[in-house]
Parts: sequence; structure tokens; C-alpha cells
Amino acid sequence: MFLLPAAIFFIAFFILPMGRLFIVGGSGSRGWSAYAAILTDAVYFNALLATLGVAAATTVTTLLVSGVAGVFLQRHPFPGNRLLVSLLTLPLAFPGVVIGFMVIMLAGRQGLIGTLTQALGGDRLVFAYSLAGLFMGYVYFSIPRTLLTIMAAAEKLDPRLEEAARSLGASTWRVVRDVILPGLKPALISSGAICFATAVGAFGTAFTLATRIDVLPMVIYTEFTLSANIAMAAALSFVLGAVTWLVLALARSAAGSTVAAAG
Amino acid sequence: MNPVPLAIRLEGCARTFADGTRALEPLDLDIRAGETLVLLGPSGCGKTTTLRLIAGLERPDAGGRVLFDGEDVTARGIEARHVGMVFQSYALFPNMTVAENIGYGLRIRKLPIREQRARVGEMLAMMRLEALADRAVDQLSGGQRQRVALARALAVRPRALLLDEPLTALDAQLRDTLRMEINLLLRGLGITAIYVTHDQAEAMALGDRIVVMAHGRVAQVGTPRDIYHRPASAFVADFIGTMNRVRGSETADGFACAGGRLRLPPTGRGAAAVMFRPEDVRIAADDETADLAGTVTASFYLGDRTRLFVDIGDECPLTVESSARCTFRPGQAIRLNVQPDGLLVL
Repeated sequence: MFLLPAAIFFIAFFILPMGRLFIVGGSGSRGWSAYAAILTDAVYFNALLATLGVAAATTVTTLLVSGVAGVFLQRHPFPGNRLLVSLLTLPLAFPGVVIGFMVIMLAGRQGLIGTLTQALGGDRLVFAYSLAGLFMGYVYFSIPRTLLTIMAAAEKLDPRLEEAARSLGASTWRVVRDVILPGLKPALISSGAICFATAVGAFGTAFTLATRIDVLPMVIYTEFTLSANIAMAAALSFVLGAVTWLVLALARSAAGSTVAAAG
Repeated sequence: MNPVPLAIRLEGCARTFADGTRALEPLDLDIRAGETLVLLGPSGCGKTTTLRLIAGLERPDAGGRVLFDGEDVTARGIEARHVGMVFQSYALFPNMTVAENIGYGLRIRKLPIREQRARVGEMLAMMRLEALADRAVDQLSGGQRQRVALARALAVRPRALLLDEPLTALDAQLRDTLRMEINLLLRGLGITAIYVTHDQAEAMALGDRIVVMAHGRVAQVGTPRDIYHRPASAFVADFIGTMNRVRGSETADGFACAGGRLRLPPTGRGAAAVMFRPEDVRIAADDETADLAGTVTASFYLGDRTRLFVDIGDECPLTVESSARCTFRPGQAIRLNVQPDGLLVL
């Protein structure tokens, strides 16, 4: 009875659109083979690989940066600590388009990095309009989302556990491996899953950077608007949604029931 | 089987925290090889800081030195001091089973697998944990957890065992049982042990010697008997057990006070207050020979004895213990004798 609102929400906003999307995906000139085409057609398959690759790289990098920074910031209260945390979490408020524009300012044709490398006597380094630029934008975009979760988890780590491990002879690296990482695991998995799902689906940043970055959201956009291939766009959307859902579901089961909510 | 017990020496060890708080005034302390030394005191007295200095979890302020068997280990972290540590919160690794927790230090030391298994088995047997070897630690009771923590600390055969209020989180009955087990264990192993507690009964039961601390300083070091019967200061006397304090003045034939006269042997320094413990007071059968006269203000039946509060006209009522079979009612007149050898002048 109490689940009814949730069930209605789930049916109206998940089952119905996904079902419709699935059917539309199979209604084009290719028929149901549109789904097979995602794996057999090089354009779609490469886009899928690029999307998953960028999302995976973004997730790993973000967790690495946020993990180290989060634990450090939580443990070492120095003057300006809180200011730094609020600066680091500022991009939370930025839309993807703004992030994309910032990447262009940094690594675009007139960008800071290009000017710097040229001044140092090398070629003008420009990578804003490629997967590397997209990766940078996503990492910047994802850090605030993971940092706060990791800081909250780091606060709950029992310092006595680390002292116990050290008393048994554990080096700093062993303490990280055996105590800190297992303690942060639920937070890493849940925030990593969010980070991955966001990076898989983010469109604004990619669209701002260039139209020729072949990630799935961009391909869906081109299929839909330029080629008017609605069926293919729907099939790709369905697969994108399914992949994202699968990653979140796997993360939830890996992290255990306690973090299901956080995931 | 166990390494030779370690003698520990602290020289001028003070500890000031980053915010300027002085947790410990310069402290000199000798801990003999194989003894159980209890650091006892109220919270904030510096006992845990002292333990953490010995462990290597804290560094003393400049000038302080920690010596293990004469060797200066001040600059070494805990991972290089080879001491076992047991915490109030157990600090068991939640992602490992009981056996994995116990074997952790052995894995760090890369002992051959066969020896690791043997050593873990030995510890499980010693702490009666065999049936729980494969359990997750969150499935254990508090007492079981602390036994796992002890087994884990002892598995690596440390040179000294450091225990930071290990029984505080347990309920009273379990605390008594585990205290007895720890006592037998420490005596059996002959290991140097430093035990921090705020519970004086625990300190009395476990310590070969007790260091009573207050406000970052040592108030007294001595055997439990010394500390109880010959407290060095009013603080120690008050902190350990129950102490009665009576004000008055020393006279040629004793000590005159409200309610009568105590048979105080001459001290030669004109005592203005004397102290005595409840167990040194007897309820006088004969009014003629009684030392003190007073009125019962309250009576508490404790099962094995009855505790009385007696007003003799001084500032605080006296605490007196009598046989459980006697009954008293508030307002009842009572006469008391205080054993002369139980009288303390500080």
C-alpha cells in the first residue's frame, strides 16, 4: 500500500518510457536489427566504447583525486581548509555547458595551456576539442560530487583501526590498503557509480566542446536531429539507459545494502 | 616462547598539543621488565597520553626520551616499536574474520603460512575463541571482541602489551570476568604490561604497581597496598576507595574533634585533619570506651553489608560500614570506634 506512490512513479517514468523507447528502437528501416547494429556498425560500436572508456577513465581519476584529497582535507584542518572545500565543490552549481566552455578556455586554441606550451618553446598544445578535453571536463564536473561523499565517509573512519594496524607493524601503504580503502569502499562504490552514470550520459559538455566527439549522447543527438533516424536514436538511447542502470545496479549489489540509498 | 620482557623508561616526557594544551607535565617513569603497571586517574589526567607516548602514537615535547631496555626509541613510530596495543573500542578490522584479525600482524611480518596458522590456532585456543574463528567481528559480543583484540595483539609476541581502558565498554559482570582472565594471562605470559584505567578496583586487582595521575602529573607511584593504605596526598586518598575526613586539633592524648576524640598516636606536627577508611571504623558496643558519638543520617543495605552515613557535627558525614544483619534508622544515636592504626594525617 505504502509502495503505491513509488510504484506509480516507477511505471510512469521508467517502465513506460523505456518500453516505448525499446519499441521505437525496433521500428525503423533496420527493424530489430538496429540493436544488433550498435555492436556490428563500427560508428555506433566505437561511440559506445569511447563513451564507456571516457566514463571509466573519468571515474577512476575522479575517485583517485577525490579519495586522496577528501581524506586529507578531512584529517588536516589548516587555515583555509573550508574555503578550499567550498571552492572544490563549486562546480556542483555549474551546468555542463559552462564546464565545456571552461575547458576551452584552458585547453582550447586560445587556451592557457596552449599559450604556456608555446611560450616554453614547444607547439601549441590544444586538446579541448577531443576525448581528452571531454575527460578533463568530466573529471572537473565529477570531483565535487564525489569529494563530499568521501569526506563524510572519511570522518566516520575510526582512527583506532589505523593505530591498531600500525601497532601490528603495518606500513602507511598497508594501512591504506587494509583499513582506509575498505572503510571508504561503500562511499567509493556509490559515488563512483554516480560519477560513471553522469559521465556516460552527460551531453552539455560534449556538445559545447565539439560536434565531432563521438560519444553516445552526441551520436544520439546527430541521429535524431540531423539524420532524422528516430529509430536508431531510440535504440541507442535504450542501450545507454540500460548500461547506466546496469552499472548502478552492480554498484549497489557490490557495495551492499547499506549504501543502496547513497547509490 | 615469548620474547624477554622489556624494561621501559620515560625521561622528562612532556606533551603539549598543537592548541597549546598541556596534556602531560615532564614525567619520569621506570617500568620494570615483566611487571603490570597501571596508570590510574580521572579523565584528562594524562594517563592515556602517557600510554600513547610509550606506544609511539605520540611524540614527547623536545627533550623527552622514551627508552626500551636502555635504547632510545623516541623517534620510532609505533610500527617499529613492536608493542601490542588493545583499545577500549576493540578496533577490530570489520572487513576480516576473527582468525584474519588475529593473523593480521603475522601476515604483515610475512611469517610462513604454516607458522601463521599454528600461531593463530594457538591464540584462538588460549582465548577460547576456536568456535568463532570464521565469524565476522560484528557477530561477536563485546567480551568476545575484546578477547579477539587481545589475541591479535599477543599473536605477534610483542615486547610489551599496552591496554587503553580495555574493559570500560563492557557491562559490570563481564568486566569482572575478563579482568580476572587478563590478570591470569598477564601473569602467565610474564610480559611487561601497561594498563590504563579510571577504575580503581581494576587498578587494584591488576597492578603490580599503580601510578596515580592528576592534572598531567604523577600523584603517587606504589603497590596497590601502598596506594590504599599509605596515600601520599589527600587527592590519592580521596580518589582511591572511600575516605573519611575529620577536622579538629591534635592534643597530648589524641585528636580532638566534633563528636569526641580519636586515639591518634602523636605525630609531632600538630595535625589539623585526620583521615580514615570506613573499614577501620567499628560500631562501639560500649558507650564508655567509644571514640565518637553521632547520629545516623542515612542507611543503605548493600546485601553483603550496610553502609551508614553518620553525622558527628563535622562538615561532612562519616561513611561507616556495618554487618548486613544490623539495621539502623535515620536519627538513631550511634557510637563509633576508629582503629588508631587506620588514622592518616596528610
